[in-house]
Amino acid sequence: MADDNRKVVIELQNVKRYFQVGSETVKALRGVSFKIYEGEFVTIQGTSGSGKSTLLNQLGCLDTPTSGEYFLDGISVRTMSKTQRAHLRNQKIGFVFQNYNLLAKTTAVENVELPLMYNSKFNAQQRREAAVKALQAVGLGDRLEHKSNEMSGGQMQRVAIARALVNNPAVLLADEATGNLDTRTSFEMLVLFQELYRQGHTIIFVTHNPEIAEYASRNINLRDGKIREDTINTNIKSAAEALAALPIPQDD
Amino acid sequence: MNILNLIKVSLKAVANNKMRSFLSMLGIIIGVSGVIVMMALGQGSKESMRQELSTMGTNLLTIRPGADFRGGVRQDPSAMQTLKMADYERIMREKKFVTKVSPEVTSSGQAIYGNNNTTTTIYGESPEYIDIRLWTIEEGVCFNEEDIKKASKKVLIGATVVKELFGDGVDPIGKTIRFKSIPMTVIGVLKAKGYNNWGMDQDNVMIAPYTTVMKRVAAQTWFSSIICSAVTEELSDAAIEELTQILRDNHKIKGDAIDDFNIRSQAEMMETMTSTLDTFKTFLLFAASIALVVAGIGIMNIMLVSVTERTKEIGLRMAVGATGPVISLQFLIESVVISITGGLFGILIGCLLSAFLLPVLGLPSSVPLDSVCISFLICVFIGMFFGYLPAQKAANMDPIEAIRHE
Repeated sequence: MADDNRKVVIELQNVKRYFQVGSETVKALRGVSFKIYEGEFVTIQGTSGSGKSTLLNQLGCLDTPTSGEYFLDGISVRTMSKTQRAHLRNQKIGFVFQNYNLLAKTTAVENVELPLMYNSKFNAQQRREAAVKALQAVGLGDRLEHKSNEMSGGQMQRVAIARALVNNPAVLLADEATGNLDTRTSFEMLVLFQELYRQGHTIIFVTHNPEIAEYASRNINLRDGKIREDTINTNIKSAAEALAALPIPQDD
Repeated sequence: MNILNLIKVSLKAVANNKMRSFLSMLGIIIGVSGVIVMMALGQGSKESMRQELSTMGTNLLTIRPGADFRGGVRQDPSAMQTLKMADYERIMREKKFVTKVSPEVTSSGQAIYGNNNTTTTIYGESPEYIDIRLWTIEEGVCFNEEDIKKASKKVLIGATVVKELFGDGVDPIGKTIRFKSIPMTVIGVLKAKGYNNWGMDQDNVMIAPYTTVMKRVAAQTWFSSIICSAVTEELSDAAIEELTQILRDNHKIKGDAIDDFNIRSQAEMMETMTSTLDTFKTFLLFAASIALVVAGIGIMNIMLVSVTERTKEIGLRMAVGATGPVISLQFLIESVVISITGGLFGILIGCLLSAFLLPVLGLPSSVPLDSVCISFLICVFIGMFFGYLPAQKAANMDPIEAIRHE
């Protein structure tokens, strides 16, 4: 694989993360190394206790390594202060959470505008335009002023994805993004992710569900704080086809 | 980080939870409206007092028996009988800084004419009293020195007494009325003055020669007071000094012994009353401050709870790029917004209440502008001070734990 030409978005070099819990040291990450290139759709898969949450926090610049290096878009994160990492998150990361994490009683547009409120380069009009564009990209152009409590789970997750895209991030970080959705809606979400992948976005999808890896371009398997497998998916399944093949729900 | 954006974010957050925001600011609303009403009452009272005292004549001096009881201690009855005829006669002989003098004896009771009766007060005075107290005789004449000598049973009556005893269309002049079963002839009618600012009917009076009231009505040989007018307002102090000397000498009070009488000038009365009002006002302000501190604590408590409840939201904001100081500032602004909004409501309610209440109490309405401004500033301060702790709590949250908070 000629990967020297491709741009490296994320690079971890022997990242270790230890926690002090009382008198014990919990070794959540025991030396993780990998490179993620621009445009990849990577699933990070592992059971609970595998360290995938800790790894997610590292990737999302919410936490720093105990040792080892983390380069995001060429920038070293390990020595950054809380404030610097906050700015970095604002510019480079788009989060999608399992429970959507939208602001209550707030419209879709306002929710999507949130990251831009903390970016002084955007004025009110530019904010609005970017938010509308992002919502249209996820298929919610007709629900701009709907409030979060007026939407279904699938729609809310779309708003969350739009929010994650609005600041044009270097990487989309999804944490069990389909965890709270039913099967049909989950597949609709995967269709959207694959569409974003086709558009060239870099996506990291953390999950405990091994099935999702079949729809991504690469899968990293984590166990006990170390990488067990790191494989490229040569046969990416189509989520759209899988969605179409789903049995139509019938009333019993 | 744009401060305007932050204000928008904070306003949105406050508006999102209207019920909670309203409950937070309730304490401030009550406290501030209370302050405004009390300040308005205080200012109105002072103003009405000033107006009232100025209608009585600006150079009025009142001599009363008994030592100065500014401390509020009551005297025993014998101490109230120290002003005698000898004092009045000597003042009339030797006065230099005093022009008009009237000794006063009062008595309250029933006045009867035919089938009508009314409760009123009779004032025994000298003829100079009419001028001292700025009365006008609308009809008839006043009594004179002859009447004083003879303790004539003649009386001037006020408009309310006319109304109660005679009704419309009957001329009281020349009629005989009985006061405490003593027959008296009406020789004059006083022009109406109306109610004073303290709600007292100034026209419910009868004025007669002091000798008449002393001998025939009250059967006492001492005066309730002696009322004088100083030559000018500026010479009031000199007049007081002069009267004091005369009385001390007459009462044989020597050296350091305290006076068994007290003399008050208009200015002093004004000062005493306003200083009482000021003390009261300070006390009320103190009570109001405590109320506002309690209100601030209320805001702080509700905000602390609010911060805990919004842990996930705070985590989210941090995840998308809000720094600790930014989060802290957002909550601080929310606190100030709540405090100021409460303050504005309180000012509005306070002003409305005052506008309604003051006329009912018979006080001139006044808007205590300085209280309004000070209240507003205090609200800003309360918002910042009591919002600090919740803001810090929010800022110090760990985003990782906050996002996963259930």
